[in-house]
Amino acid sequence: MSVTTIPNRTYVVRQPGMITRLFDYKPFLIVMCLTPAIGLLAVFLTYPLGLGIWLAFTDTTIGQRGVFVGFENFQYLLKDPLWWNAVFYSVFYTAVATFGKFALGFWLALLLNNHFPLKSLLRAIVLLPWIVPTVLSALAFWWIYDPQFSIISYLLVDVLHVRSTNVDFLGTPWPARFSLIVANIWRGIPFVAISLLAGLQTISPSLYEAAMLDGATAWQRFRYITFPMMMPILAIVMTFSIIFTFTDFQLVYAITRGGPVNSTHLLATLAFQRGIAGGELGEGAAIAVSMIPFLVFATLFSYFGLARRKWQQGEAND
Amino acid sequence: MTDVAASPGNSNVASATPDTMSWDSRARRVMMIYLPLSCFVLILLFPFYWMGITSFKPNAELLNYKEHNPFWITSPTIAHIKHLLFNTNYPTWLKTTMFVAIGSTTLSLFASTLAAYAIERLRFKGSPYVGLGIYLAYLVPPSILFIPLATVIVQFGLFDSPMALILVYPTFLVPFCTWLLIGYFKSIPYELEECALVDGATRLQILRRITLPLAVPGLISAGIFSFTLSWNEFIYALAFIQSGANKTVPVAILTELVTGDVYQWGALMAGSLLGSLPVALFYSLFVDYYVSSLTGAVKE
Repeated sequence: MSVTTIPNRTYVVRQPGMITRLFDYKPFLIVMCLTPAIGLLAVFLTYPLGLGIWLAFTDTTIGQRGVFVGFENFQYLLKDPLWWNAVFYSVFYTAVATFGKFALGFWLALLLNNHFPLKSLLRAIVLLPWIVPTVLSALAFWWIYDPQFSIISYLLVDVLHVRSTNVDFLGTPWPARFSLIVANIWRGIPFVAISLLAGLQTISPSLYEAAMLDGATAWQRFRYITFPMMMPILAIVMTFSIIFTFTDFQLVYAITRGGPVNSTHLLATLAFQRGIAGGELGEGAAIAVSMIPFLVFATLFSYFGLARRKWQQGEAND
Repeated sequence: MTDVAASPGNSNVASATPDTMSWDSRARRVMMIYLPLSCFVLILLFPFYWMGITSFKPNAELLNYKEHNPFWITSPTIAHIKHLLFNTNYPTWLKTTMFVAIGSTTLSLFASTLAAYAIERLRFKGSPYVGLGIYLAYLVPPSILFIPLATVIVQFGLFDSPMALILVYPTFLVPFCTWLLIGYFKSIPYELEECALVDGATRLQILRRITLPLAVPGLISAGIFSFTLSWNEFIYALAFIQSGANKTVPVAILTELVTGDVYQWGALMAGSLLGSLPVALFYSLFVDYYVSSLTGAVKE
């Protein structure tokens, strides 16, 4: 039985069909494998990116093809106090939230790097704010920031008696700005902490042992071992964090929609308000495009600014 | 259990981290580690607790802090959830979201498995550049793309259809999955494929019979991550879907349930809780895959 089947099988393999042979031809196979991914990205990412830059130079509205108007949209934006306001808040929001996320996230990562019972359960719990849909946790924050029934106001007024009136979290510009930043930090800590924890776990304990034998204090160990060793991963996580904080949309749209009196508009929410809700596609695209220089600058700054140290070390070692 | 791990005498634990040396007293450890850690956990979990407790509170308790302790429920009710399931389109939204998430995850997994295999295993001239190009696509945020994409979607006649979302979500899923899978394929010894080639297998047979079965953990990671990301996506779903029935859960709660000046906090929080449950359940089943894919993507 087995003697007859074996020649049969080799026979089939030796005489593959046209299609099989075509799919075994390497260049053809490479093209076939890359087509779905490259096709999707080209049609829904590269093309819209180019189209967006083109739209920024036209006066397109919903339902009407625009004509090329040069830099008119950008000139208009430069004179628009709302755009300047959004630029200011986007930069402020990104700077403060990134600082908060990294300070607290790094701290949390250092804490989680210790050994204690139920460690993996705790790590799972910590990641929860990042897993849940942002808009839904933003709604919870909206409810926490409610002017009348805020639980924080309740704690401050009725339990701790620190204040006599409720806190107006979202009604006035500066408290609203900081309330949004707090919500963003809350959502961003898990990602930073878990990524940095992965980096911390790659640092060899023998480095710390050597430093302790030399009498290094806890701060010195952090400053001269942990921090430099974490630089490369810190650079990558920070680049990601800055890009996605600067272009944040969901939190602001869900909690304040840019209010009160447009004080909490980020560039993305302003672009949505003008472009989709207001129908001025050209102007909305111009606002979206105006984010690109900031993003490129922030990426270069955080990536090369932080990665430089590694590059210098590499040079010194060679 | 607690005593063993925390006691400085346990040499096994002590040698693993430098912070648990013999001079590290127990009180100090509580102050430096357990206290801040419990603060972190408390703050990170509080919004969920608040969300959960609000969705089961009757309206009388919800808006009266003087007579009821706001941190506890005296007479829990499922009225909010009932209202959500029977008086609103919530089940339809859940179905749409599920459909979109599964569709876009399948599409992205298919596209990125093939792309990652071509880049990592078929190795052609310029394959690192293709990989880098796909990775750079991940750095393009949706906030820049949604306005021109809306016009593209209208041109394709897909406006207000869940199909639009299934086709658009891969723009951020494919770069992520491809990068993750390249990492996994790298860890599979190339010798296995060489053996199969010598034995006369075609390249597609190798992919199906050898590479893919070995990359199953990577595929699961990429799959659950894509599912979560597409479940949570907001800005595209907000911009491309107009009619109430086709909305996804995050968008629908914000645009359909928030009506007028008096917010129905009970129903809103119940909706948020129900909308978070599927991903939270998924997450609790596959925690390790999430952590490994999150950290793997960053390390690469």
